[in-house]
Order: sequence, then C-alpha cells, then structure tokens
Amino acid sequence: MLFFSYFKDLVGREVTVELKNDLAIRGTLHSVDQYLNIKLENTRVVDQDKYPHMLSVWNCFIRGSVVRYVQLPPDGVDVELLHDATRREARGG
Amino acid sequence: MSWAGPEDIYLSTSLANYLDKKLLALLRDGRKLFGTLRSFDQFANAVLEGACERIIVGDLYCDIPLGLYIIRGENVVLIGELAQKAEEVASDLKGTMKKRMDFLDMD
Repeated sequence: MLFFSYFKDLVGREVTVELKNDLAIRGTLHSVDQYLNIKLENTRVVDQDKYPHMLSVWNCFIRGSVVRYVQLPPDGVDVELLHDATRREARGG
Repeated sequence: MSWAGPEDIYLSTSLANYLDKKLLALLRDGRKLFGTLRSFDQFANAVLEGACERIIVGDLYCDIPLGLYIIRGENVVLIGELAQKAEEVASDLKGTMKKRMDFLDMD
C-alpha cells in the first residue's frame, strides 16, 4: 500500500519506466493502481530507433508485473516523508 | 484493477478507456499484436478483435491477420493506444461496446 500511495502523489509528474524487457518509456504518470500497473500519457520511447512500433503510441497501460524501475525526478522524492511512512508500515506490519 | 474510491474514478488505471480503440499489445515474448480492444478483466486478460501480428525487420514490416484473440494477462507487457485516423474515429462511433457498457460510468 505504501508505494501505491507514493505513486498516487506522483501523478502528473514526468517519469521514465524501465521494463524487464529493457524497453524504457518516458511519460507523464496518469494513474496507478494497487498492482502498481501504470498508465502513462504523452509517451515517448527512450531509444526510439530500436522500437519503431512504438512511434504512434501516445498513451499506454503498463502491467505492474513487467516493471523493473520507475525513474523519478530528484525533487520527486521527499525522503523524510518516505522514511516516516516506512517506519510506520514496519511497526504496523 | 483497484477498488475505486470517489476520488479514484478520475485516476482509473483500468483499460475501460481503451475499449473499442485500436491498440498495440506488446507481449513478453516480443510479439506485437495490433487489434481493437473488446474486453478485459482485472488480470489484464484482453480480447482483441481483428488482431494481426506485425513483424518488423529493419525498415520493413508485414501483418499476419489473426482474427479474434484472447490474450492471457500474464503475457502482456504493455497496451498502447495508437493515434487514430479520422475515418476510423467516425466508424467507431457507431454501435460500439462502450455504449453497451454504460453501467461502467466511465465519463
């Protein structure tokens, strides 16, 4: 639940999602759900020449199970808040 | 997908907004399937109508028509919405699955 809440706060920010198949997609975070499925808008692929089929894709739904990394802007993280939330989760769980 | 609270309706990550749209489905084995999304569920299983597999080699590609496909959700990497041409939009407006699913309360 912690990361679901965390990503909900990041909606509207530019992120780069790197998938397990090495595809990296940059876009605006539109929404996230409990499985950490991600919907991105205004997407563009990082290495466009390698993935020509993605050229006309402007929005996409990414299944949570295939995400390797979600790369965030450095000011996207309030580390203290995250620390506190993690400690609370650890105590409660 | 998730149980939507009142504020989550606008944030929905469901595929409902993609219904009746021409999509690209990328699969884990690297296949690219194009088709019109007719149905989906919480596992991201999907029904694609008029599906074709696009094989791309360098600058060349070819489409293999597949017909009606059900994709098991665990194989889905991503589902991408394609920029639609004007004629396709016009024909899509006639009697689509979306209209029959008014109860979903999407808009």
